[in-house]
Amino acid sequence: MSSKTININVKIWRQNGPLATGAFEEHALKDISTDSSFLEMIDVLNEWLTIKGLEPIAFDHDCREGICGMCGAVVNGTAHGPDKETTLCQLHMRRFKNGDTIVIEPFRSQGFPIVKDLIVDRSALDRIIAAGGYVSVNTGSPQDGNTILIPQHVAEQAMDAAACIGCGACAAACPNGTPMLFLGAKVSQLALLPQGKLEAKKRAINMVLQMDKEGFGNCGNERECENVCPKGITIRNIARLNREFLKASFTIDH
Amino acid sequence: MSWFIQTFRSSLGKKYIMAFTGFMLAGFLLVHTIGNSTIFWGRSAFNAYAHHLHSLGIFVPIFEIGLYTIFFLHVITGIILFLENRKARGGKYAVETSAGGRTLGSKTMPYTGVAIFIFILIHLANFHFVEKTEVKTISDFVTQVLNNPFFTLIYTAGISLLFIHISHGFWSLLQTFGISHPKYDSPLRVVAWALAGIMGAVFLLITFLMVISRNQLL
Repeated sequence: MSSKTININVKIWRQNGPLATGAFEEHALKDISTDSSFLEMIDVLNEWLTIKGLEPIAFDHDCREGICGMCGAVVNGTAHGPDKETTLCQLHMRRFKNGDTIVIEPFRSQGFPIVKDLIVDRSALDRIIAAGGYVSVNTGSPQDGNTILIPQHVAEQAMDAAACIGCGACAAACPNGTPMLFLGAKVSQLALLPQGKLEAKKRAINMVLQMDKEGFGNCGNERECENVCPKGITIRNIARLNREFLKASFTIDH
Repeated sequence: MSWFIQTFRSSLGKKYIMAFTGFMLAGFLLVHTIGNSTIFWGRSAFNAYAHHLHSLGIFVPIFEIGLYTIFFLHVITGIILFLENRKARGGKYAVETSAGGRTLGSKTMPYTGVAIFIFILIHLANFHFVEKTEVKTISDFVTQVLNNPFFTLIYTAGISLLFIHISHGFWSLLQTFGISHPKYDSPLRVVAWALAGIMGAVFLLITFLMVISRNQLL
């Protein structure tokens, strides 16, 4: 495969801290390989900024394999960029044309305060998970392999929901800034399985209440989230959350 | 806090209120569409329908109070959701695009909602809070109002906005109640759209029929 290079302009968000006022900074980048990933393009920009004695751009990243959920930014108005079911690190520069201006902004939502530049604090999602509580499991000697029967299609659905990497793109893309797709996936992955059934009611209620406490908005069924989700999680999981919460609220014993 | 208040103060609880009241209003709209269709059979059929409705005695005020309650619950909850959601957005993006989920209806829900609210106030002032007599019947009012070019415009716009609102609302309320399955999600979306389309078309047709037929409505 022949390697090509392109020249691009980036308009990138700079913000010193949570309370600082941010602004866009423009940089012209020359000879960016189309084989490089989007994050590698930012690496190149940072190298160049460092050489010039300027502050590099702060951005989150970890595995760069699309499975950790650490990276993420809004590229030209779309969370994780223009490719479907792709995290930002798996987006490649071949997706852009020579002379393009690329606008890079942090994930925005009231529940995601900006730490610095493109880094946002997504610990609200961790607190939602924590509010969900525990799952009761048997300890001691392992039980027989087929004691708990789970149909294949149910296991698949639970696994599809469990594919959520908690990147927060759903809340970033949501016009109401809510991570309902995240919540739907996290409630679904356990609600579908017998192991999670015991605490299902408490979990659904507590996770929703925690989401509200974090300052996120209310789901408007706009379906932007499922269109940016790097793991292709669908709003069917939100529908399941809606059922679980309704059922739980009316039938929980305490 | 009581479980009931906790449930309906939560984000999902407010969505259930929107979906439930929306469903009831949709039911009312369906009956309203069918009832108004009697006008296609002439003014006597329409007047007879109105007369039958008003001869239900005590059920009329009971039904009215219920409808007003549902209506205002829908409006007030909608306003609360709009304000909360605007705050929750946490800043606008410099580049505003849709990833492909939003529709004209879903994008404009709060705005069409406010416009429809004003439209309904005008509508009630035109036909509900007027003195109807044996000489000047409801069909006379309908003919008179809709033939005023100003009101023809208001009604065309109001009905169109209502269509845009329910084009998202009908499907959205099903999703909020968790009625979603790959087997029937697409058919339901089509049916919701078709139902919204038919209602909008019937109301628009009545408006234009009044303008075209003028006073010759039999």
